[in-house]
Amino acid sequence: MDSLSVVLNALPAILAGTVVTAGNVAISLAMGLVLGVPLAVAQVYGCPWLRRLVDIYVWFFRGVPILVLLFLCFGLFLSLGLPAHPFLMSCLVLGCTSTAYQSQIFRGAIQSLPQGQLKAARALGMSDSTGITCIILPQALRLSIPGWANEFSILLKDSAICFVLGTQDIMARTSFVAARTHEHLALYAAAGLIYFLLTLAVLKLLRRLEEKVHVPGYSSTGGIA
Amino acid sequence: MKVSDDIVLRIEGISKSLSGKPILEDCTLAVRRGELKVLIGPSGAGKSTLLQCIDCLIQPDSGDIWLEGERLERKNTRKLCDYRAQVGMIFQDFNLFDHLTAEENVAIALRKVRGMDRRAAKARAMEELGRVGLARRALLYPAQLSGGQKQRVAIARALAMDPKVILLDEPTSALDPELVGEVLAVIRDLARGGMTMIMATHQMEFARALATEILFMERGRIIEQGAPETLLAEGSTTRTRDFCTRLLEMG
Repeated sequence: MDSLSVVLNALPAILAGTVVTAGNVAISLAMGLVLGVPLAVAQVYGCPWLRRLVDIYVWFFRGVPILVLLFLCFGLFLSLGLPAHPFLMSCLVLGCTSTAYQSQIFRGAIQSLPQGQLKAARALGMSDSTGITCIILPQALRLSIPGWANEFSILLKDSAICFVLGTQDIMARTSFVAARTHEHLALYAAAGLIYFLLTLAVLKLLRRLEEKVHVPGYSSTGGIA
Repeated sequence: MKVSDDIVLRIEGISKSLSGKPILEDCTLAVRRGELKVLIGPSGAGKSTLLQCIDCLIQPDSGDIWLEGERLERKNTRKLCDYRAQVGMIFQDFNLFDHLTAEENVAIALRKVRGMDRRAAKARAMEELGRVGLARRALLYPAQLSGGQKQRVAIARALAMDPKVILLDEPTSALDPELVGEVLAVIRDLARGGMTMIMATHQMEFARALATEILFMERGRIIEQGAPETLLAEGSTTRTRDFCTRLLEMG
């Protein structure tokens, strides 16, 4: 059997794995977005103990390798007697890690806004929560898109490591076929291509989103508009 | 100018220190309805800090604030927001919301603070933009406006809240000289229309022509106050006149 037919035969399995990878990354990114934003807000505007707590969380998830976290999570599930569902554990670990990284993207964006923005909101009688949700976050999230696109592409590639827990993603399915057929080069090239195309497609989408929400009058190219 | 006897805003004994250094010391003033009080003084005298303390954007260390006879409970967040919604604030560097159009800048607090629906807020915003001569710029974003236009939008934004008093923190200091006039014209119209205002400025001609009272600040204290014709009278030896003379010599 030549390499091409091996790849073609394996393709349905690998594409099924693509769905798993996409689901894993989408859920983790969404979790990171939903939790990362309040974490960033807490880190900038929160009281000292809250900030400290977020600091510790971020340190932990930025400091421990994902591979170690996956096994830690596995161990934790076993010791708690929970069903060690690979996909669930992968989403949990990637989601928690992405939360840490995304919170720092949002924190940077919030802190890059002029202080006068929240001050003006307060001066109009807005509560801090209204000012943050209506004035600060709409601007900070726009500024976060490039960094967030970066986080997406890193997370997508990091997700490949989840196959160690048995998550049936692109990587797991490819390695399964490769072990049987010994067509490592062709199969992993195909897997790499799928990762590449996924990254490219989503980055294009995010670029379009960035242009769509771009505030007129501000240059997106670094010059004066 | 219609100045009545009822006091709109009164502050008493406002003090503020930052890292042990006193910025404001025991500042007291009262503004009656329709008055324009002008704060002048050298840079670092505490004019801006005083205005921000009045709006509690900087919390004073001590002192009290009364709006229409009601003492402000600064620690009560809801009452503080309610108070700020009645006190307009104009900043030196405009602080327009960069992601919103001129119209949205004016409308947002009407919706989020006053609870008006989108349509009513928009109508009111357009009305206020018309008042400062910017109805045709309603759909532009701050980055597409000149400095003078930005400051006029900021004034419209404050006016839309029907403020009982407006605090203006050097509203023309960040503007190119040729744009100062259009902003001062709007403020002059407000003063003539009976709006109660406290304004920090270096525009002496403006202060002389329109101020009900000039307050001269130095090193965190209000050291002189009085009608412009008294403080700035030919031959008077006030600190205010001395400062103004030097300001004019430099300009």
